[in-house]
Amino acid sequence: MNHATPETETSTGVSRRTALKGFGAMLGAAAFAKAIAPLTEWTRDLSVDQFLQKHYKELSHIDLQIILRRLEKETKENYGADVSIQDYKPQPGVKFGYALNLSVCIGCRKCAEACHLENNHDRPSHQSYIRVFEMSKGSLDMEKGNAHYDHPVPQKDKFYMPVQCHQCDHPPCVSVCPVEATWKEADGIVVVDYNWCIGCRYCEAACPYHARRFNWSKPQIPANEINPNQSYLSNRVRPQGVMEKCTFCLHRTRNGKLPACLEACPTGARVFGNLLDPDSEIRQVLAHKRVFVLKEELGLKPNFFYFFDV
Amino acid sequence: MTSSTTNPSPTTTRSHWRDYPRFLWQAVLESVEGNRVFYIWMTMLTAIFLVGANAWAVQVRDGMQVTNMSDHVSWGLYIANFTFLVGLAAGGVMMVIPAYLYHDEEMHDLTLIGELLAIAALIMALMFVVCDLGRPDRFWHLLPGLGRFNFPVSMLTWDVIVLNGYLMLNLHICGYLLYMRFLGRRPNPKWYIPFVFLSIIWAISIHTVTAFLYCGLGSRPFWNTALLAPRFLTSAFVSGPAFIIVAIQVMRRAMGSTFGNGPIRTLVNIMRVTILINLLMVVSEVFVEFYTGGTHTSAAHYLYFGIHGHNLLVPWIWSSVAMTVTAAILLLNPKVFVRPWMMNVACVLAFIGIWIEKGMGMVIPGFVPSVLHEVVEYTPSLIEWKIMAGIWALGLMIYTLAIKIAINVFRRSPLAAKAQGGTTEEQLLAS
Repeated sequence: MNHATPETETSTGVSRRTALKGFGAMLGAAAFAKAIAPLTEWTRDLSVDQFLQKHYKELSHIDLQIILRRLEKETKENYGADVSIQDYKPQPGVKFGYALNLSVCIGCRKCAEACHLENNHDRPSHQSYIRVFEMSKGSLDMEKGNAHYDHPVPQKDKFYMPVQCHQCDHPPCVSVCPVEATWKEADGIVVVDYNWCIGCRYCEAACPYHARRFNWSKPQIPANEINPNQSYLSNRVRPQGVMEKCTFCLHRTRNGKLPACLEACPTGARVFGNLLDPDSEIRQVLAHKRVFVLKEELGLKPNFFYFFDV
Repeated sequence: MTSSTTNPSPTTTRSHWRDYPRFLWQAVLESVEGNRVFYIWMTMLTAIFLVGANAWAVQVRDGMQVTNMSDHVSWGLYIANFTFLVGLAAGGVMMVIPAYLYHDEEMHDLTLIGELLAIAALIMALMFVVCDLGRPDRFWHLLPGLGRFNFPVSMLTWDVIVLNGYLMLNLHICGYLLYMRFLGRRPNPKWYIPFVFLSIIWAISIHTVTAFLYCGLGSRPFWNTALLAPRFLTSAFVSGPAFIIVAIQVMRRAMGSTFGNGPIRTLVNIMRVTILINLLMVVSEVFVEFYTGGTHTSAAHYLYFGIHGHNLLVPWIWSSVAMTVTAAILLLNPKVFVRPWMMNVACVLAFIGIWIEKGMGMVIPGFVPSVLHEVVEYTPSLIEWKIMAGIWALGLMIYTLAIKIAINVFRRSPLAAKAQGGTTEEQLLAS
């Protein structure tokens, strides 16, 4: 581009130009160090064990136990809460399904609130895995829905439609993940390894149900509000910068309990159970009610169903 | 120029152990030597880069909350720039095709400029992806062998392969040619011609795969169109040549020579075709969206006219349309060849027009309205603008240095006087 100007050597043998270059390089290096200084504050919270941790599926039983204890310790250090983090495995012969009765849902959002508390969500953002839409009677078009209603419910000319993860049999979020940080478990639940996710948010773009959430900041939860009954793949406090999603409360449902959103529902609109058990309540609903699947045309085979009983 | 060049000749391997470091050292020396304009330019870019580096460090520390992205609009300015830059990298091939497929001898001499642009654009594109990651510390999870690479199911893994592959190809081609020049030898065609042809196919693949990232998602009707990959390629073949035309003129001014008139003419002729095809595709898409109507087309309504009183993208897209149409009119005017200002205005307008179209006009409306039809708008935050400026500054620094090193290698090469012409970039400075 430009001719290199011949250097004029001074009596000392070091030209003014060389000295200036050295000074410039030093100045540049110092400025660069200063510019990226915030990174050192960030790495203070980042241990070598955390950095080198392997993928969930590659961990031995002992590896996992060590990690669970480390995570408990980190929760204590970061949040001041004593918690127990377990790893609950899927039960054989179980595939979970969820159905929601749109005829009786009144849009009170108790389910969303229960999710918020059960799953140790970030408090300031009022995060929850459930969004409840107020819909106009006479249309199932989501475009006419409103998730930000703020008035007594139920309104006469409206019906209410909670939406959460549909735990698809062909989950696009799992296909698009470049690092296999998310996968479908044997009991049908799609989970995320929060310590493996790189935070590219491709899954969030791929999901048609807006089921995925990103941790835009480090979750803030007061110590006394932290739910201490936690599991690795579900409700433990998530790190900053990773994806999370509804797990049908696997820390509860894999232990014979019902999801928190179901227990909180005052109208009994929610039905949860084992799709492989022909006598289960959910199978009865699927067999006898007028059931529909949201966005069925996408062919993702969800395990979440809506029904009407009138 | 850190290509891991394979030993190109039957002569002593040992000499390369001595010569290659010499070649690299020469490149380093070249990078810190220049006139006043060079120093001012590089200092300015360094300052902007440092602002960006600081903004990124803050983003990593405080989390992506410092951006204006949200769970509704989960990709923003970074992925917008990424998409555009992949196109710019692919666009560099528009100099290689005329040179190697149509034997345009004059273009031959300048292909290195396009290949170096591809290198700079790819480095920028990869940096934008890294800046978009919530956990850049876990980048190694993406490395095949070390992490868990979800290949071939995830299109993102395909993109990792094609982008890095294209970067390696161009580093090899440029590095090999420059190193041979440095040694004063004629490059052996067998060590670069196959790679050049591979890079032509590869250039098409990088933008196709990047389009597949979007158009493979059934949940986003705005992206879910088979026209996306062809549109990406066509617009890339506008923005690439537009950048090169301006770059050639800047280089000519800096060096006071007149090389490259023929290639500029060829590039303008390419743009005349591609910019019209691009506009045709835009019209075709707009027709389908607006004539069909319905919920699936609400993203296009939002983009062009706004919906329910939300219209942040409307000024962006109409600026893009106005710029591209003006550029097309200027380029089609026969006087464009005799009035350089006309050509330059057209190139700058086309470049910015495509940047908006591939970025704010393509990535963002995929998210608005959201999959559940909520309308949450997005406009980049100051941190996002800073990081973007920083990466562009670094990219321009890389490109400036690469061009400068290349030109000086040619100028000093013992072969320069012979000007044997035809085989490769021999006459870069000859005319």
